[in-house]
Amino acid sequence: MIPELGLFSLILALSVALVQATLPLIGAARNNPAWIALARPAAFAQALFLFFSFGCLTWSFLHSDFSVLYVASNSNTLMPTIYKVSAVWGAHEGSLLLWVCILGAWGLAVAIFSRDLPDAFVARVLAVLAMIAIGFLLFMLFTSNPFDRLPNPPPEGRTLNPLLQDPGLAIHPPMLYFGYVGFAVAFAFAIAALIGGQMDTTWARWARPWTNIAWAFLTLGIALGSWWAYYELGWGGWWFWDPVENASFMPWLIGTALIHSLAATEKRDTLKAWTVLLAIFAFSLSLLGTFLVRSGVLTSVHAFASDPSRGVFILIFLLVVIGGSLTLYAVRAPEIRSNARFDLVSREVGILINNVLLLVATLTVLLGTLFPLITDALGIGKYSVGPPYFNAVFLPVTAPLAALVGVGALARWKSDRFGRIFKPLLVPLVICIALGFAFPAVVMGHFTIAAAIGMTLALWVAWTTLYGIWARIGAKTNRWQALWQLPRGFWGMTLAHFGIALFITGITLTSIYSHEKDVGIKAGESYVLGDYEFVFDGIKSTRGPNYSAMTGTVRVLENGRLITTLHPEKRDYGPGAMPMTEAAIDPGLFRDLYVAIGEPIGENAWALRIYNKVYIRWIWLAAIFMALGGVIAATDRRYRLVKVRDLQSDRRTVTA
Amino acid sequence: MTPRRKRMLTVAVLLIGMSITAILLVSAFKQNLLYFYTPTQIANGEASIDKGIRVGGLVKEGSLKRTEGTLDIRFLVTDEVNDIPVKYSGILPDLFREGQGIVARGKMDADGVFIADEILAKHDENYMPPEAQDALDAAKTLK
Repeated sequence: MIPELGLFSLILALSVALVQATLPLIGAARNNPAWIALARPAAFAQALFLFFSFGCLTWSFLHSDFSVLYVASNSNTLMPTIYKVSAVWGAHEGSLLLWVCILGAWGLAVAIFSRDLPDAFVARVLAVLAMIAIGFLLFMLFTSNPFDRLPNPPPEGRTLNPLLQDPGLAIHPPMLYFGYVGFAVAFAFAIAALIGGQMDTTWARWARPWTNIAWAFLTLGIALGSWWAYYELGWGGWWFWDPVENASFMPWLIGTALIHSLAATEKRDTLKAWTVLLAIFAFSLSLLGTFLVRSGVLTSVHAFASDPSRGVFILIFLLVVIGGSLTLYAVRAPEIRSNARFDLVSREVGILINNVLLLVATLTVLLGTLFPLITDALGIGKYSVGPPYFNAVFLPVTAPLAALVGVGALARWKSDRFGRIFKPLLVPLVICIALGFAFPAVVMGHFTIAAAIGMTLALWVAWTTLYGIWARIGAKTNRWQALWQLPRGFWGMTLAHFGIALFITGITLTSIYSHEKDVGIKAGESYVLGDYEFVFDGIKSTRGPNYSAMTGTVRVLENGRLITTLHPEKRDYGPGAMPMTEAAIDPGLFRDLYVAIGEPIGENAWALRIYNKVYIRWIWLAAIFMALGGVIAATDRRYRLVKVRDLQSDRRTVTA
Repeated sequence: MTPRRKRMLTVAVLLIGMSITAILLVSAFKQNLLYFYTPTQIANGEASIDKGIRVGGLVKEGSLKRTEGTLDIRFLVTDEVNDIPVKYSGILPDLFREGQGIVARGKMDADGVFIADEILAKHDENYMPPEAQDALDAAKTLK
């Protein structure tokens, strides 16, 4: 009964979406207030039906209703309740339901928080969001129905893939989807602006807070995925340039360019074409990412779906969305012209360079991700592109970007002089180089040129970002008051840019100075890695709620003193599931000690992987800074005080 | 500088920048492309020696041998037509089992043994890496 209600609710959501995608759009074109007014209630109704449907699926999981195929494939009665809930989005069909639910939630948010925007514009935005929802709902109803019933329900379900029975991974898809799908809002704003011919600065101002929040969620989602891969996959790596990782990283890169381009468009009415195209590209990459993950074409850590018909559907949807939006852009291109000019040395140029570099970086990742698929599809051969390629190309493109981060923020809009910006930075530059080159030798104990360059860059980013605060308040008479009055947009930017400095520090130091060793070791023996001695006390059998395990005990000594006892495990979740390696980690701000069990290699001897990962937590700390920065910037007062009166006067000054 | 000159300069800088990036890209790409071979292809001598490649197939039943007390192992990777010996030293992935599909990355040495740097097995015991499956299918059509 409940699953059928869930399915029916999805169909109702589809019907509402069909109305929402058409009538308000026509209404906006014909200036029909009644039809325009349909948009908001439709968004409410659609969200309601989607949430209800999601609730039905969750109910089925919580009550272990194994007559539903999806529940039987991904859950069983022994699973802890929290994982029964996260199993709802743990595999293909449920993951899609989550996607479309979050789309509904974003639509609802736009409907509620857009009272200050012109109704016709909101109607167009909601219509575009509804069109996307239609695509996904059709996909679900025709190829990926989570509510399919089993004629003979089994007494016990399979279980959720043990890899996913983990708190980090439980929250990772919702976070990621809030980001990915949130770019649909920026996309909808851009399309609505193109349709309405409204290419002045107001749409950029409206789009900014939404895009910043979506970007912040995506940042957190990616960081969660990286953190999870680190502690769960047992390999100690934090980024593998895996196609599925790249699928989420590419929208993030373009999203970053987008949030900066929106700033230029809002403040100076420039880079409009860039902003619109970046909005289209960001969402297209989100859809491409969905295609890559959901069509099973990839050999990677997460291959869920393996049905080719699904791939074709998504591919067609992708082509329709990208083709349609680019066609619309081409038609409206003549109207997207700005009269504002800027000099060679200006913040606009800084943002332009930012856009170009991020675009190039994205294209290199796209090439490396798609090339194997294309050559395989064309029968040319089975190639794989590994991390060395990505690192070799990505780092040289993003390093100059990092160097310019703080400097760009210091440049004035429209016209500035190189000398004015750099004069106060010359001495700090020398200091950064000196400290950067000293750090590897003095603090880490071993000099490498790569570490020196990395640390110099990180210090430079930190300095130029913090100097930005001084630049704003230094000349004021009451500096504390000036500090207090700095807008949130500025604080958001400063936090996020500072996060970049943390990130560069983390990746430089962890990749150069971490130690890793795979050892064959007998109970009672120990292994010395750097300053630490790992004493292996042996393995014994244990039990968990829905698994049995071999648990090891490893005592870690530093200079002879016991600092922690680690218990790595190898878990068996029963028939139908693969064994899971649970690494044991002693976390720290400056180093992680990490032990994972391999396989038995002989008489009382086991293979053990031992790591000393230095500064690795700085990477995820950086992501938190960035995400926080994005959210704080989105709550800037000027987004909340947009009055209808101002909008009307804006519309009167529309540039051709 | 006249606006026209400025524009020409911008275009020139962009073109140079793009060319450098393109050259960087292509060379990094070519150096890091890994080609995948089936055991049959390797047996036929199609793979070059001492060059980074990938090979995939099933771990032949009964072929797994470990040097007692160490991390060194040997096994045969097969597409049911040809077998290739593989040497590896390190921790095996959880799903590694005789009769399971794997993909290994490494080099062929002069003695016809594949020295593996990395072994990949997939995270679902029913899942076979597409390349390994293709290797098996390709071999079946040969039989």
